[in-house]
Amino acid sequence: MSGLRVRIDGREVTAAAGMTILETARAAGISIPTLCHHDKLEPYGGCRLCIVEAETNGRTRLVASCVARAEDGLAVTTRSAKIDRIRKTLLELLLAHAPHSPQLQALAAEYGADSRRFAQEASFCVHCGLCVRYCAEVKKTHAVGFIDRGIRKEICFLPEIAAVECNACKECFPLCPTSYLQAAFVLVEALAFRPNPSPTASAG
Amino acid sequence: MTRISSPDQLEEIRQAILDQRDPNAPCVTVCAGTGCLASGASRVIAAFKEEIERRKLKVEVGFRGTGCHGFCEKGPIVVIEPDETCYLQVTPEDVPEIISETIENKRVIDRLLYVDPNSGEKVVRESDIPFYKNQKRIVFSSNRKIDPKSIEDYLAIGGYRALTKALFEMTPEQVIGEVKEAKLRGRGGAGFPAGVKWESARRAAGEPKYVVVNCDEGDPGAYMDRSLMEGNPFSVLEGLTIGAYAIGSHEGYVYVRQEYPLAVENLGVAITKAEEHGLLGRDILGSGFDFTVKVHRGAGAFVCGEETALLMSLEGKAGQPRPRPPYPVESGLWGKPTNINNVETWANVPLIISKGADAFTSIGTEGSKGTKIFSLVGKIANTGLVEVPMGISLRDVIYKIGGGIPGGKRFKAVQTGGPSGGCIPEQRLDLAVDFDELTKAGSMMGSGGMIVMDEETCMVDVARYFTRFLTDESCGKCLPCREGLRQMHRILTDITEGRGKEGDIALLQELAETAQEASLCALGKTAPNPFLSTFRYFSDEYEAHIRERRCPAFACKGLISFYIDPDACRACKICLRECPAGAIDGDKRKIHVVDQAKCTKCGVCFEVCPSRFNAVRRISGEPVPPPIPEEQRMISRKSAGQ
Repeated sequence: MSGLRVRIDGREVTAAAGMTILETARAAGISIPTLCHHDKLEPYGGCRLCIVEAETNGRTRLVASCVARAEDGLAVTTRSAKIDRIRKTLLELLLAHAPHSPQLQALAAEYGADSRRFAQEASFCVHCGLCVRYCAEVKKTHAVGFIDRGIRKEICFLPEIAAVECNACKECFPLCPTSYLQAAFVLVEALAFRPNPSPTASAG
Repeated sequence: MTRISSPDQLEEIRQAILDQRDPNAPCVTVCAGTGCLASGASRVIAAFKEEIERRKLKVEVGFRGTGCHGFCEKGPIVVIEPDETCYLQVTPEDVPEIISETIENKRVIDRLLYVDPNSGEKVVRESDIPFYKNQKRIVFSSNRKIDPKSIEDYLAIGGYRALTKALFEMTPEQVIGEVKEAKLRGRGGAGFPAGVKWESARRAAGEPKYVVVNCDEGDPGAYMDRSLMEGNPFSVLEGLTIGAYAIGSHEGYVYVRQEYPLAVENLGVAITKAEEHGLLGRDILGSGFDFTVKVHRGAGAFVCGEETALLMSLEGKAGQPRPRPPYPVESGLWGKPTNINNVETWANVPLIISKGADAFTSIGTEGSKGTKIFSLVGKIANTGLVEVPMGISLRDVIYKIGGGIPGGKRFKAVQTGGPSGGCIPEQRLDLAVDFDELTKAGSMMGSGGMIVMDEETCMVDVARYFTRFLTDESCGKCLPCREGLRQMHRILTDITEGRGKEGDIALLQELAETAQEASLCALGKTAPNPFLSTFRYFSDEYEAHIRERRCPAFACKGLISFYIDPDACRACKICLRECPAGAIDGDKRKIHVVDQAKCTKCGVCFEVCPSRFNAVRRISGEPVPPPIPEEQRMISRKSAGQ
């Protein structure tokens, strides 16, 4: 099979079977914004910033390009009024958590997103899951995971594993778009790492 | 019990069961569904057993605790066969009289009968009660005839004939053809054609293949699947086995909520008995077809009703949806082709196979065939489970079956399709209930919840309530759902608490579009519906809240006040005594006044004020008049006595 013919923003490009729309676009030098995507990780489809319009058989749907596969004859639009509008709203929702993230600020400038549109949230984690997934998929360590569900969901280091593994690794640190990960690590380190029994702790 | 190894042997056993039973002998049946159990059915059942034992009756009396009858409003329900004499709201104290009068002397006890509230007439037979008379019960009808734990009862009503027919007279392709021809659409919400799904699963590459029953019913106020699983688990298993045969699967799972203990229990008994009888397991009925079923208890996440999240949960992972495609029929449980259908869908299958697609398609509308079970709850006279033909009007469901709105209140809206469904107003009541019409009206069929609301329900508050539910139940994986709903809920809360502002509606609409278009799964994509549908039909209520700080339904506590009209108050002290906050000042012959600072807006004063005075007023959107000057509060003896 010679590859799938996909049209992205009017350009004819070729994709190998199994490639996602995002991979196809990037291979052709067409950029699509992402936040939760990482080349070494399984596609996640969490942040939805990479939504594009995909048209097959005359029917247009909005899909997350990081998980949607390229298909033969597919026509993809990566920017439209609707896409930009939704990306702007998504960015504003993210900025309510992490208004100072350089990565989000750059995207906000491009899409005209206002960081004060929504009230500031207490946590600056944006739930991209990069740390959790990197630790599980690449390092196979599972030192950090998600706990709880929905709006109460948080990342959490497992002290038993993190105390042993993290100091020598910290490969997830630069992945975090907001530095919340570092904060969470410092917190768990201070509260739960017990390399040596503390004399003051037992004195009380 | 020996395993049944051929269709002939099954028929012999069925005949033996029927021979032992005298259809004319009296039999007491008590509804042992969760609704009736909650209203005390277990004590009624114990009383019957004891009474039948104690009396050493001359006549042989059968006794049976059955599945849910549906008329939960009037439980516990007792039906005496064969005459179908129906007694409602039976207590253990009524039991001796029922035995002596109805069983021994064949006399009907008038005071336990259903009384038609309109005509005042008493109804003896269960099926003549208007609640039942206007339904079409084909899936749910067996519930009341059988003890859900008794395979003999299921065989006695013709159980497993459909499976025999499928295994011995039909090829898998023919079974799929029949289900396709019946145009059976999935009863779990999306209404996808079951036969088409089965065909895709059969054709999909990969072994083994799995079939799954989705019994993760999590909508507030909905209990159709629960009652089917509790009341007739064999029918679900029979449907599942037929589906497995058609698809080429040998392993099935039932995903059932842990919160449904009776469903889990009855299903477990049914699986064990079916296995013992050779109706599950290896070489079913000697056909050479093997099929086993395992039960998986869900831990109560609403999102696990979404099929991909359900599969994740079955695999032991966190219940988060995964992107489709690939669809479960191609890559489902452990990456293998998996066919998931809802409880009610599976329960329809034996009917289609035994009676044929034509019988099934004779009921319903062009696009939606057969019947649908709804749980009719909320501000409705006859709360319960109803099964109606597709295409029936909402008006008939609410007024003919549901008996209308209690307390002389006005109907306002009916919410269909579960939390992410929509609210349908009075002007759309003649809408024909089916998958497509409900969607066109901005709501959906969902799994069949129907919550009736009256004039005292605030539609903005309803939107806030359901958005809150969905925010709580969002898995948190994708941004538009997790963060979008959080913000929508915040804005809706502001509006109901009197902090609404210009621009809120536009922002809600923007967040709604984002969630609908960009969410990963159906939970997020449909989550804006409570807002969108209430705004579509009740935008005036939103405007009243935001612009006038007024709640037209007098439901939002932040926007209402209670005020005692000094000209109407006769100082009777009733509200003063009943006020739980001690917010009413007054005395004998001293006009009562509400201390607005202490008032908790519970509305007790409004409810208890005698209608001949009607002195308590609800005020919204306008200032509370200043309290009457102290010196004018005393009522002269003469006027007080009026």
